[in-house]
Amino acid sequence: MTVPGKTIELITSELSSGKTTARAVAVRSLAAAENLNDTLNAFLQIDRAGATRRAEELDREAGTDGAADSIVQGQNAATESLLRAVPIAVKDNICVRGLQATCGSRILAGYHPPYDATVVERLRAAGAVIVGKTNCDEFAMGSSNENSAFGPVRNPWDTERVPGGSSGGSAAAVAARVVPAALGSETGGSVRQPAALCGVVGVKPTYGRVSRYGLVAFGSSLDQVSVFGLTVKDAAVVLQTIAGRDERDATTADVSVPDYAAQLADDIRGARVGVPRELLGEGVDADVRARVEEAIEAYRELGVEIVDVALPHAKYSIAVYYIIATAEASSNLARYDGVRYGYRTEDPEDLRQMYRRTRDEGFGAEVKRRIMLGTYVLSSGYYDAYYLKAQKVRTLIQQDFLDAFDVCDAVLTPTTPTPAFRLGEKTDDPLSMYLSDIYTCMANLAGVPGVSVPCGLSSAGLPVGFQLMGRHWGESTILRLAHAYEQAHPLDARPRVMAEE
Amino acid sequence: MPITESDIKKIADLAHLEITDEELRTLAPQVASIVAYVEQLKELDTSRVEPATGGLTPEGERTAATREDRARDSLGQALALEQAPDPAHGHFRVPRVLASSEEKENF
Repeated sequence: MTVPGKTIELITSELSSGKTTARAVAVRSLAAAENLNDTLNAFLQIDRAGATRRAEELDREAGTDGAADSIVQGQNAATESLLRAVPIAVKDNICVRGLQATCGSRILAGYHPPYDATVVERLRAAGAVIVGKTNCDEFAMGSSNENSAFGPVRNPWDTERVPGGSSGGSAAAVAARVVPAALGSETGGSVRQPAALCGVVGVKPTYGRVSRYGLVAFGSSLDQVSVFGLTVKDAAVVLQTIAGRDERDATTADVSVPDYAAQLADDIRGARVGVPRELLGEGVDADVRARVEEAIEAYRELGVEIVDVALPHAKYSIAVYYIIATAEASSNLARYDGVRYGYRTEDPEDLRQMYRRTRDEGFGAEVKRRIMLGTYVLSSGYYDAYYLKAQKVRTLIQQDFLDAFDVCDAVLTPTTPTPAFRLGEKTDDPLSMYLSDIYTCMANLAGVPGVSVPCGLSSAGLPVGFQLMGRHWGESTILRLAHAYEQAHPLDARPRVMAEE
Repeated sequence: MPITESDIKKIADLAHLEITDEELRTLAPQVASIVAYVEQLKELDTSRVEPATGGLTPEGERTAATREDRARDSLGQALALEQAPDPAHGHFRVPRVLASSEEKENF
């Protein structure tokens, strides 16, 4: 039993055996992206010309024997060549030179960044083929992808349901087997949450592991480029390609990046997984709880010791998150004023009116709501009561994790409290929407890495995921644990909407 | 302190957002309920806690977000202006900044 679909490993092995060409791989992915877009709305831009050209280049460079060593420029040739000709989708808030970057917002409609994000540069250097830009909640603010100015993305398992958000387009593209991996971004769970709802793997690295240069800023102390994969290995290969110190992002750490993919084979017997029981009570859907309990049992069978841990401040994480993220967003989004790029209102009378109308017409409701909230918590007289207070509680949440890691190697929780909900179900109640991130946003606050792994289906046939959160810089451990589970219990079910094989 | 519609107007002004009366009616209770929710942090004593500003470095220190302040190459004028809504003579042109003379007389 394996995860159905073409993984990176399968694509590269078919390439090196001469069974296929880079061009054929790209054409298949592009056709799937185009054919499914009426149904899923996962892509905002599909780069047929650019992707085909790049794939043809790769075929020429490889020559007839398929040897591809000449194209690899990275430090780790052996692993980076694993992305040769691999089609990858990129969330529309990450800059790809030559393609648009709307962030799902009217205010950036038609905007084409004049440079590549560092993560994109690294993907290109490793031979990846970027097939297009994926739909997302406006400025990555949302948990359902319903906040995109260009229409919602639909879940490939049930098109009446949301794919999760904010990186919903990337999640749907991987789930529908359009690409084996995609880039998203996380501020509070925007990759792990849609990964769980779409039945794929999502990895949020340690804060500082991956460069944010070229990722459009939302909450700068939380933002991190993150990865979707069809399998844990797919996500691991992409993560090790994009990770590492970047002079252009001062928060990236100068530490070596492990060969995550090569370390996946290791035995996990004797590892300790901590379960914060207090987070598995009220508010968790019965199917989700059942699947997660089964995953815990599966780890026991794999020789893992299950221990109880407590995260006493986890219950404050949504409150802390919505203060910090909105405060930082209100500052980051001040730059959209109609002066230098993007949308500008028609015939403004003066500068002030231009700012106000441009922003009123350019931003959607959720973005305005968060700018308002962020402006409020940072306004004169409130800074200490809200932003500073939230930063202090953030320290307590971080400390909870450090304490937990004294007794375990990873903390396991559900990724989301429920499987995918219906379109429109939570749009009128922002707070209930925010609570979709209850399990994920604590990792962003603590700065620790997390991975969401599919663990079966609900009674309605919708995917369920659990997540593992690890020590700062401990991606290897959680990826190894995730991979071992996946090997034993791969999600072999197929979504209803899927690319032809 | 509950958030009123006049608070919302003031915040919108600070944030350079124009909001309609209809938006005001929806936003006021929504922002109020979110603020009420985050008030729960007040029950925690944080008098002896340092604020966190990011994650932790591999050495266990707080994430450093500063870098050496040195000049670096920038995009250049042509590229920087390429997507400006209203570029003019190598600059970004904006509507008038000060009020018109009739309006000024009213001050």
